[in-house]
Amino acid sequence: MKIIVNGTATEVRSETLATVLAELGYGDAKVATAVNEGFVPAAARDVALAPGDRVEIVAPRQGG
Amino acid sequence: MRLYGIDIASRLMLGTAQYPSPDVLAEAFRRSGAGIATVSVRREAGGERAGATFWDLVRDLGVTLLPNTAGCHSAREAVTTAQMARELFDTSWIKLEVIGHADTLQPDPFGLLEAARILVEEGFNVFPYTTEDVVLADRLLSAGCEVLMPWGAPIGTGLGLTNVYGLRTLRAQFPEVPMVVDAGLGLPSQAAMAMEMGFDAVLLNTAVAKAGDPAAMAEGFARAVEAGRLAYQADPMEPRDMAAPSTPVIGKAFLT
Repeated sequence: MKIIVNGTATEVRSETLATVLAELGYGDAKVATAVNEGFVPAAARDVALAPGDRVEIVAPRQGG
Repeated sequence: MRLYGIDIASRLMLGTAQYPSPDVLAEAFRRSGAGIATVSVRREAGGERAGATFWDLVRDLGVTLLPNTAGCHSAREAVTTAQMARELFDTSWIKLEVIGHADTLQPDPFGLLEAARILVEEGFNVFPYTTEDVVLADRLLSAGCEVLMPWGAPIGTGLGLTNVYGLRTLRAQFPEVPMVVDAGLGLPSQAAMAMEMGFDAVLLNTAVAKAGDPAAMAEGFARAVEAGRLAYQADPMEPRDMAAPSTPVIGKAFLT
């Protein structure tokens, strides 16, 4: 299915947020996630995704 | 200085963005003696692992981390960003930014208050980036914020304290509330002035990171913050318009 990952249309085979993260190479990366503008805690990533879902994947960065 | 139950040794807080290199950042922090570092969350690509690298860097600084919601323009966006930051940095502290104006990056008072209410409800310790507006400050305190972070000037301008009257009024209205002047400082003298006015701390980033020698500027700010705090505690003299000789008049030799 086609979903939006960090603003980019992306074709994925996996069906849940957790398996999509693995498929896209995040593995054990230190990231946090949101789906359709709502936070999804790490413990709740078994949630199924639907075509067109907007997934945000963020990590620690410099800030002021 | 005690913020949300945590004792912080230094009254200088420093951002982690825009340094020429990670080494310069670390050296600037070392010479600043800062006790708190601000950080953010940003998009990461699969396989990138930049987040882990930065996490290792800031953890080695040995300071308390204060994640921000920089760049958020709505309460909803800021709340989701705060939730992601809490998980990533393992802290309930959040520097809440909800920006309302593109050119000045002025906080959106309505979105800020809305987001603050939600985040306090969710157990966050909110550090709202706000203006010098006393009414907004009062509402933020009522919402459960225990610290306020009024701006000195728009972010990244280096203009210093552009509304001294407003900041003085804010300080006087809420004498017991910890307040951090955040943003707009460009020089140590401006930080000293904020401290002399009784603010509890200052937070800056660009002034240090964009200086020709960030580490030296960091130390300059550290000394200014200390000097300003000492001056505040020392109860400064009242200014006056007419001169008053400091050298004794009595006993001067009569030579005319």
